[in-house]
This record gives sequence, structure tokens and C-alpha cells, in this order.
Amino acid sequence: MAKIKLAKSKVDTLVEICKSFNNEGSELINVLHKAQETFGYLPAEVQEIIARELNVAVAHVYGVVTFYSFFSMVPKGEFPISICMGTACYVRGAEKVLEEFKRQLDVPVGETTEDGKFSISCLRCVGACGLAPVVTIGERVYGRVAAGDVADIIKEYQS
Amino acid sequence: MEKYKMHILICGGTGCRASASEAIQNNLQDALKAKGLEEEVQVVMTGCFGFCEKGPIVKILPDNTFYIEVKPEDAEEIIEEHIIKGRKVMRLLYTDPEKKEVVSDSKHMGFYKKQIRIALRNCGFINPENIDEYIATEGYAALGKCLTEMTPQAVIDEIKESGLRGRGGGGFPTGLKWEFASKNDADQKYVVCNADEGDPGAFMDRSILEGDPHSVLEAMAICGYTMGADKGVIYIRAEYPLAIERLKVAIAQAREYGLLGNDILGSGFNFDVEMRYGAGAFVCGEETALIHSMEGLRGEPTVKPPFPAESGYNGKPTNVNNVETFANIPVIINKGAGWFNKIGTEKSTGTKVFALAGKINNVGLIEVPMGTTLREVIYEIGGGIKDGKKFKAVQTGGPSGGCLTEKHLDTPIDFDNLLAVGSMMGSGGMIVMDEDDCMVSVAKFYLDFTVEESCGKCTPCRVGNKRLYELLDKITEGKGTKEDLDLLRNLSTVIKDTSLCGLGQTSPNPVLSTIENFYDEYIAHVEEHKCPSGQCKALMQYVIDPELCVGCTLCARNCPVDCIAGDRKEAHIIDTAKCIKCGACMEKCKFNAISIQ
Amino acid sequence: MVLVWRNVSLMRLAFSKEDLKMEKMIKLTIDNKQIEVPHGTTIYEAAKELGIEIPTLCYMHLGDMGIEHKPGGCRICVVEVEGRRNLAPSCNSKCEEGMVIHTHNMRVLNARKTVMELMLSDHPFDCLVCAKSGNCDLQTMAHQFGVRELHYKGEQSTYKVDYSPSIIRDMDKCIMCRRCETMCNDVQTVGALSAVNRGFESVVAPAFEMDLEKSTCTYCGQCVAVCPTGALTEKDHTNQLIRDLADPKKTVVVQTAPAVRAALGEEFGMEAGTLVTGKMVSALRRLGFNSVFDTDFAADLTIMEEGTELLERLQKHLDGDKDVKLPILTSCCPGWVNFFEHHFPDMKDIPSTARSPQQMFGPIAKTYLADKMGVKREDMIVVSIMPCLAKKYECQRDEFKVDGDPDVNYSISTRELANLIKQANMDLTTLPEEDFDNPLGESTGAGVIFGATGGVIEAAARTAYEVYTGKTLEKVDFDALRGMEGIRSATVDFDGLPINIGIAHGLGNARKLLEDIRDGKSQYHAIEIMACPGGCIGGGGQPLHHGDSSILKKRAAALYREDEGKAIRKSHENPYIIKLYEEFLGKPCSELSHKLLHTHYFDKSNEIEIE
Repeated sequence: MAKIKLAKSKVDTLVEICKSFNNEGSELINVLHKAQETFGYLPAEVQEIIARELNVAVAHVYGVVTFYSFFSMVPKGEFPISICMGTACYVRGAEKVLEEFKRQLDVPVGETTEDGKFSISCLRCVGACGLAPVVTIGERVYGRVAAGDVADIIKEYQS
Repeated sequence: MEKYKMHILICGGTGCRASASEAIQNNLQDALKAKGLEEEVQVVMTGCFGFCEKGPIVKILPDNTFYIEVKPEDAEEIIEEHIIKGRKVMRLLYTDPEKKEVVSDSKHMGFYKKQIRIALRNCGFINPENIDEYIATEGYAALGKCLTEMTPQAVIDEIKESGLRGRGGGGFPTGLKWEFASKNDADQKYVVCNADEGDPGAFMDRSILEGDPHSVLEAMAICGYTMGADKGVIYIRAEYPLAIERLKVAIAQAREYGLLGNDILGSGFNFDVEMRYGAGAFVCGEETALIHSMEGLRGEPTVKPPFPAESGYNGKPTNVNNVETFANIPVIINKGAGWFNKIGTEKSTGTKVFALAGKINNVGLIEVPMGTTLREVIYEIGGGIKDGKKFKAVQTGGPSGGCLTEKHLDTPIDFDNLLAVGSMMGSGGMIVMDEDDCMVSVAKFYLDFTVEESCGKCTPCRVGNKRLYELLDKITEGKGTKEDLDLLRNLSTVIKDTSLCGLGQTSPNPVLSTIENFYDEYIAHVEEHKCPSGQCKALMQYVIDPELCVGCTLCARNCPVDCIAGDRKEAHIIDTAKCIKCGACMEKCKFNAISIQ
Repeated sequence: MVLVWRNVSLMRLAFSKEDLKMEKMIKLTIDNKQIEVPHGTTIYEAAKELGIEIPTLCYMHLGDMGIEHKPGGCRICVVEVEGRRNLAPSCNSKCEEGMVIHTHNMRVLNARKTVMELMLSDHPFDCLVCAKSGNCDLQTMAHQFGVRELHYKGEQSTYKVDYSPSIIRDMDKCIMCRRCETMCNDVQTVGALSAVNRGFESVVAPAFEMDLEKSTCTYCGQCVAVCPTGALTEKDHTNQLIRDLADPKKTVVVQTAPAVRAALGEEFGMEAGTLVTGKMVSALRRLGFNSVFDTDFAADLTIMEEGTELLERLQKHLDGDKDVKLPILTSCCPGWVNFFEHHFPDMKDIPSTARSPQQMFGPIAKTYLADKMGVKREDMIVVSIMPCLAKKYECQRDEFKVDGDPDVNYSISTRELANLIKQANMDLTTLPEEDFDNPLGESTGAGVIFGATGGVIEAAARTAYEVYTGKTLEKVDFDALRGMEGIRSATVDFDGLPINIGIAHGLGNARKLLEDIRDGKSQYHAIEIMACPGGCIGGGGQPLHHGDSSILKKRAAALYREDEGKAIRKSHENPYIIKLYEEFLGKPCSELSHKLLHTHYFDKSNEIEIE
């Protein structure tokens, strides 16, 4: 018998979220969006509760979570760094920028630094191709980033 | 808009916002307030102007002055000089790169001269968060006309006659699609707007939704009227927060005005729109996958038929069109099919929006009549290749499209021509590449994308694209053989021939088109193990020029793998077999003796 | 995302609308042969009618069970349709008027072979030592296509092998046909498996890719039964058995379930539905078992216990006792027991407490029989031959152990037995017919039909009728209880008292009946539930049907034939059962019976602990 440990307040929040979508299985993706918005990520316990509340198999919930790249089962860093790998950014050198972020922070794509500060992810076209290559950190957008700018950008967040 | 004497339009598209256009807006407003002009001059944040390369853009009406690369600190000067003293701020105007003349009015700029803006008609012109401004530009007039003067079939006939084809890429005739959906009887039907723009390098749907959300809502209602649907759903990428916000505002305003909801304009027709959020899966652009995703499932496509027009969302007849397609509809109704179908070519009428990007001077969003040539787009609108480099290729259609070359530059762009030359319209991404781009690497880049975005349901796409990627990787690593090119060709053909959905059916196009158009480059990789554009790291060689080397030993001391040999004051040599190509030697050399070959 | 506009698809849409209205026949040409088929027929089906067997790996149609799986994912069954831009998946493409189809031209053969090579390029090359070797659809097809070289090589998927008590998942061998997913979700509604991740990384797995043992899996084994490769196989106990048989200190006795005798012959090339009871007994004896017994005997015992419990509950109910819950549900299927423990724990006091025949046999063997044989419990090994994979798990349940010693040491499947016989250089077809040993080898026709859906409740009805009414049942065949429909119901007249009986096979059907009970809508007095479609004859441990569901019907018919041929056809008339009660148990549902032959159930749903 699997035991799920989760704080009561979290469980209550999830139950509320599911309820706001009438506990309908077809609303799974909306529920997951809301849950990730609330908790920052979708750990197994959260998926278990959602499955129970929507009366769907937890394997199904997991199948959906792992299908969509927007959903994450690991918490993002305090400052999530996203490097646009859209074609426009790619041909203007996004790959080198990505390499530099990986090297400087010593963390692979999709993971978070040990101190929990930074996480790196790639995204496909933010629609700011005029500024290619584009990097976003949280809500902030950096345009025309060169590998040489990376150190300075990271420094902004390190203090 | 009448009560103000002047209007200052600021681009509120994602690109310009990233370059502080909000701060510009605030500063402009503060400056106006300081001068007591806030009742005279209105500051409006609009949708994208398209000329992203030179953003942030500020435009002043009524004199059409077009300021580029504006910074927040320029706000005061604009107010002081232009608004108060009537003198244009010359240093913020665009300079024609060829004629070296300053151009003040955007109409006369090369970037805009050839454009006809239908889908983008209101982007950069109205405040997208104000329904009155939309209505002031004939907004919702088309819906009114349909509901009061036209039968559903008459609307369908008008769209059919206009020749409008789906702008999401496939180019299926929109009117026919509507007709199918209208003829299937059901107690419930749906109109779905596909706003899950996922093509890496295309952002027109986003710009339309950010700049003119009502045009899509109006068109969805019209579509609902023709097919007898009272529910509309917009499936939009969750990564588009600004577009989502503006849509929410627009939906609320339309409901408030009775343009969505029950008994629209007293016609008895009910229609409302809700939103569903995509979660990062390119394959959800395929309509059956999109529908499954809307139903809370994995976004895996299913075999057609049945088509959504018969059995779609919740098993009900559903019509799916993309944002740009919808944005054309109100104009067609207002101006008539006869007006629309005179624009463009015989089989591809109207205009197409392209996201022009890559190694080009004028990156941005453009809308041109179908039939415009690639040369016109790249050189006249795009301003040619960046940094004076040589044009090499233009990629259209994103991961589904192909790379076209010099010989295709005079091809008039339309659905069928692009298909005929091995590419496709796609959603309208257009990426320009120069001599520094390695075409094998470009193909690999697209395959990397496809491998990541394949849903995994069918074998050819799941495994085949992975193998294509691996073959390309092998070639860029210098380990490819000529036989690998045959394998690439056969595998590409089979993947196209056997894949379940559009993603797999088109994913080998970047490979096939680059082999076709840049065969020599592939041969150079596999036979000479050289990358002509010097992009493939594994094929690069660091070489010391013995003429320039003075034998200072600095490079040898800094080499992490000790692959540089040579006596003091003698020319050094790099052991290329041991070299890891870190570049440390080149960085350290004070005599520029080390180069890449 | 982009789709290409095709003239063809347009036309097809127009055609299919037309057809719907007219219900007409469709004429088409396949490989130069003309055929006329009803509207709605797929190209695959039409070809089959012409005797053209188009190969496919994911498509599965178990017509008699109403199960159809056609994701159109494997792309092996593609054919060329003239005028169509790309190849069409025949399993999933409907015939249209005037279609001209080629199923084996160069284009098709090359595509098919390339797709096969792609599959193989992401598949381990350990055919020689694979549990599925010789019985693997992928292997057979690769051979059929003449694949002699793999042109495409690259990264292969690697996953941890998941060993559960019943099922082994080796997902390196998964080809994403998704049949298991359909069985687990759509047919069984267990929901233990789902496709996870996407693209090259996609695989079918339990939630969080946890071990099956920690999931809601019921071990029904239907995923194993339909897996075309070695990705899903049973946990193999034959080596353990060989060791035990070789141990002179051990007395090894075996029990064989009813459904085994109706299917074992298939593994030796015999026609489906051939009864091989006597040959199986002699094979087992030659393998070295000290005694060869019959689970059918324990099935008769089950009827005595379960039937008595039914009558007790029924009587109390008729007497107006509000605490008594009806319907009573059968409990002889371990997959079904797992199902309600996971999915309907709130209803765990509704099923009969009677153990399954396998688990009744064990304690009787290790007490009553061991005593008679003069063997100590620890020296006796009880092995069962089962059509079932859930039985393997059932053996390991703690409540079926005495001081850690299982009542039934382990269970091997019909398939494992066939392999063992082959290993022992025997050909089942040429073996003589022999009889079971006594006292646990004698059974009635009622015990035999346990193997088919409806059989348990029919056996129970035969006995309960006579016990309740005190009259002799004239016609022992309850035809109304037989058949292959997923949910069946019948009313049996107990001398003026109408007893409403429900039958469900396949857990999805069981779920429907359970939900009715939960909602207070159920009108049944007794319900039989079998986890596997068809009952035990369609169990997860049976010879693979490779998608031919007519095999299951033939197996069921064989069991009813054996029943008909039996001298005694009612459990309570089994002389050895009577003797067992006289000598040992006393009477059904006695204290000793309860200790040895009954059980209790557990809530296995996920417990949410709030911190």
C-alpha cells in the first residue's frame, strides 16, 4: 500500500483546484497547469491526489505529465534560465550561449544547480526573433546575447 | 480615437517589450503629464509592428513618423521636440541602408513598401485591449453582416470563392472545411482555433493574438454561425502569457458588448469562446492531436478519417483553423471574396504572413501577397544578408519544410510552388542562412527538434527520425560515408511514406532538400571529412602557421592535453589526432599564428 | 505544425459521407483481384477475405470478446493505394469505391522492411535466450520479411527490468504496439499501464515508472497474453521446479487447473480445443512428480464451501437480516481479488470468503494428504499448473503461508509446463493417457467447467439447487449461464425461488457490475467474476492466441465436453469430497474449514497520509 505524504494545506489546495474543474477527467491538463502554477512543479504525490480527485488512473496522469514538456516533476531554480533554441536564435548562435551557461553553472539542461538558484532549460521560439539569440530568466528577457555576456548575466543574480 | 490630436503608438509585441517598451510608454506618459498634454496626446500600446529588428518602435500619428530603436530615455526628447515643437527627432529615424537617406514615414521604407497587411491589419495600429478601437476599424461589422444579411451557406460560399486556404501550413481550402463541418448534423459542434504555434521561428499567430485578438474572436463566431456551433475553443500555448492575457480581456469585452454570448446582435445566434492551454508539444498542431490534448489526453494523433469535421472534440463535429486563417475572415466578408481573390496567385489567394529571421538585416514579421518571390522578400523587404555576407539558403516551413537555394530565389511563393521545390509553406517561418551555415548541421538541427517533438506513437517517426538524426550526427562528426547518404535518402522516403501524421510525413524534408540542394557539402563531409563552412567542430583543425610562430611555447604550456610540440624559438606543431579543439592555444597565441582550417 | 493538403483526403471524406447514406457495397481491387465488401470494411479485412494476410504487429481484433485495438502505430501493415500520396495503414483505412491497392509491390515491401529494421534497431539482439523466442511475432515477422542485415543502427532504449511476483517487464523489447495498454485500460480498466514520455523515449509503464508490484496491477496477465515480443513475460518458476523434483528429500505433488488441459495441446501443434487430460497426467508423472492431482477436486471443494456460504447468506437475507449483504461474489479468481482490493476496497466484504481452488488444494495437501502419506509439511512441495499469472502472486500472499511456508509453493503456467515437457524430451502427442492420483485427483464435471466463464456459478447452482430444494436436479446444463458475452445474467428457479445470477468476465465488465452494486442498483443474488476475457481458458498463462479469439471458444467447448463425459457432474456427489468432510473437515464452513479454506481481504488502495 503506497503511502502518500503531503501537507494538509497542499492537499486541500489540490482538492479545490480539481473541484474548480468539476472533478472532470477531461480537465486533466487544465488541472495540471493550475497545480504547477501553484506548486512550481508536479511531484508524484501531487499527481496521486489529482488522479484520485479526477477519478482517473495515476498512470494516465503520469503519462500526460511526461508527454508535455511544459510540465515538470522537478522544482525549477529560483532563477529559471531558458535559452531559446528556435531556428532564428539557433542560426544566430544560441547553441554557444547555451554551452556557456551550462559550463559556467556546471549543470545540464533540465536540471537545477545544487544551491537551487539556477535551472537551465531550452525553449522553442519565444517570438522575439528580432532579438535573437534570446535568453529569458524568469520574466526578464535578454536579447542579442553572446557567449561573452553570460558571465555578466549570471552575476546579476548571484548577489 | 477622435478626441485626441495626436497618438503615440508603441509596439507592445514580445520583442519590443523585452527591450523595455513598457518603460518607454511610462516615460512618454510622464513627460506628457509634465507638460500637461495628457488630454491632447494619447499613448497607445499596440501589437507588433513587424519590424522587430529595429525595435522598440514608436510611431506618431497622424504624421506617420516611425521611430526605431527607441530607448526609455528618448521619451522626453520625443515629447519636447516632436509633439511640442513639431520637429522630428532625426537620430531616431530609419536610414535607408542603400540610399543612405533618412525615411520618416514607414510607408516609404523598403521593409513595408511591398507588404499588404490583411491578417496583420490592426497590429501596430490599434490598442488590442480596447474593443472600441477594433470596432472603429470595421471590427465586428463582418459578424453583423453575416448574422443579419447572409445565410450560413452564403457565408461558406463567400469563403469558398475567396480561395482562402489554411494558413497553418497544410493549405486546405477553408470554405470546404467549413462546409464539411456544417453538413454533419449533431446536437453539439465546436469551432476550434489552433493557437499552439510551435514552429521554432514563427511567431505570427502570437503577434496577431497580441495585436488584434478580436479579429480571431469575430471570425470564430462567423465560423460558428456557418456550421451551427455555439462553442468555440482557443487552444493556445501556455508559453504565450501576453497573448492569453489579451485574449481574456478581449473575450470579456466582447461578452460585455453582446458580441459573444447569447442572442448575438439580436439574431438568436449564440456563441461563446473559452480557452484551453497547450503544454509544450509541437505535435499538438496536428488537429487530431490537438483535439486529444483538449480532452485531457496525451497529444497523440489518430488516423484520419474520421476527420474532426465528422468526429472531433468530444466526438462531435469540429472545425479547426489556425489563428492567421481566422484573422483573414472578417476582411473577406467585409470587402468581398472578389476583392480578396484578386490578391495573390490563382490557386493561392490573399497574403501570407512570414516570420523573417536568421542572417538577414531586417528581422521581423511581414505580410506579402502570395506570389511574391523569395528574392523580393529577402532583399527588398529583408534588406539583404547581414554583415555583407553571401546568401546561402532560405528555410521555409520550419521543421516540415526544406532549404531552398539561390536558384529558387525567383520562385513566386505560394502553397504549390513551395511544395514543388521540396519545401512547404508551413506556418510561415522563413529563416535566412549565409555562407557560414553548414547545411548538414541545419538539417541536424531540425531533426533534433523532430526527435524531441515526435509523440512516439508510430515506428517510422519514433525510431526513424532518431536514426536520421544519428546519421547526420555521424556525418557532422566526420565519420560518415557515402553509403550513409543512400541510407539517409531511403530512410527519409520511408518515413515520409509511412508516418501516421503530418509531423512524420514531413520531418525528413530538411534532410531531403539539403541533400538535393547542397549535395557537394554532404560529399565534402563524408569524403574529404571537411565542413566547408567551418561549423562542424569535429571537422575543424587547429593549425600553427610556421611562418608566424616564433616558438614562445605559450600555446604548448596552455594545451590541456599536451598535443603541441616544438622547441623554444622553433615553430610548433599541433598533433591533430590528440587535439580536443578547445581553442585554448589560439586564445593564448600573441602572434595570430594559430588558425582553424 | 503542418499538414499537407491532399486531394485524396478530400475525396475520401466525400465518399464516406455518401456511403453512410446509401449503405452500399464497395467494389475495389487488391493485388489485381476484385472484391466487393460492405461499407466500413477496412483494407486489412478485405484483403483477408481474399486470402491475403497483410502482416501487422499492433493491430489486434479479438472479435468474440468485442476487443479491437488499432492505433495504426506499427506501420507494418501499410499498403499502396493508387492515387494516394503516401502509403495507407491497412488496419485503419476503410475501403472506398474503386480503390486499387497493392500489398506487396516494391514500394510497399521496401517500406515494410525498413520499418521492421527500424524496430529491430531499437531492440536487443538476444533472441537466442529470450523467453519469447520461437513464439515472438516480431521475430517471426523479421524472418518472414527476410531481414538479414540492419542498415540502421544507433542508440537503443534501455530500461531496468521489472520483476514482479507474476510478470516480468523488459521494456528494452517493447515495440510500442500499445496492446498491453489497451488490455490494461480499456478492457480491464485496471489502469496500471500507460504510455509515458514521448518520441524515442516513449514506453509503456506504470505511474512514475515504478515497479509493477507497487502499482495497481492485478497480475491478470492480459498484457502478457497479447504482447507480440518478449517485453512482457511471466515470472518463470521452472528452474525452481526442476531443482525440487531432483531433491530426494522432497515430496513434490502437483495440481492442474481445469483450463490447462484444454490448451496445453496447442503448444504441441494440436488443434485448439483438444483435451489432453490423460496425456498431461502421464507427462507430469514422467517429469517426476510424486503424485499428480487435480485442481478440479479443489474446485468441487470450493463449491461446497462457497455454495454453503451463498445459501447461508441467502437464507439470512430471505429471513430479513439487514446486515447480510447480497449479492455474493465468487472469489476463485486471484486477478479479480487483486482488482477489488485495489479498486473497490470499500466492497471487500461482499465477495465470498472461500479461497480459490488453488489455495484450497494447498492446505488440504499439506495437512490431510501429508498425514495420509506420512510426509512432514516442510518436506512437501505443492506445485500448481495454472493458466494464470495472478496465481503466482497468490501463492506468495502472506495469509496463505504457515510459519513462512506457502500452502502452494509456486505456480507454473501452461506455457511453462509445455516448455518443461519439451525440455524433458517428451512429445505430448505420443504420450499415453493416464489417470490422476487419489485422493485429490477425483473430480466432477462441475469442477471441470470452472475454467470457462460462467462455469463456477453453474457448478455452484447445481449443488446449491439440490441442497436448498432437497430435490434432484434433472437437467444439469444451465445453458443460459454459458457463452462469451461480457456480462450475462440469468434467473435460476430454485423450486419457486428465483435466483438472479450475474456473470462478468474481463475486469472492465466486472467494474460495471460493481458500480451497480455500489449504487444500489444491482438485482443479483450471486455474481461470478473472472478477470480474464473468456475466463481461465483465456488466462495470461495460456498458450498465446496471437489474436485469434476463436481459440478461446474452442477451449471452452472442450471443457463443457469433458463435463458432459463425466459420470458425476455435481460437486457434492464427489466421493472423495464426501470422504474429506467425513474424515477431516466435518462439514462445509466448519471451524476447520474456515481456518484452512477461507480467507480475508485487504484494502490496497493508496493511502493518503496527511502530514
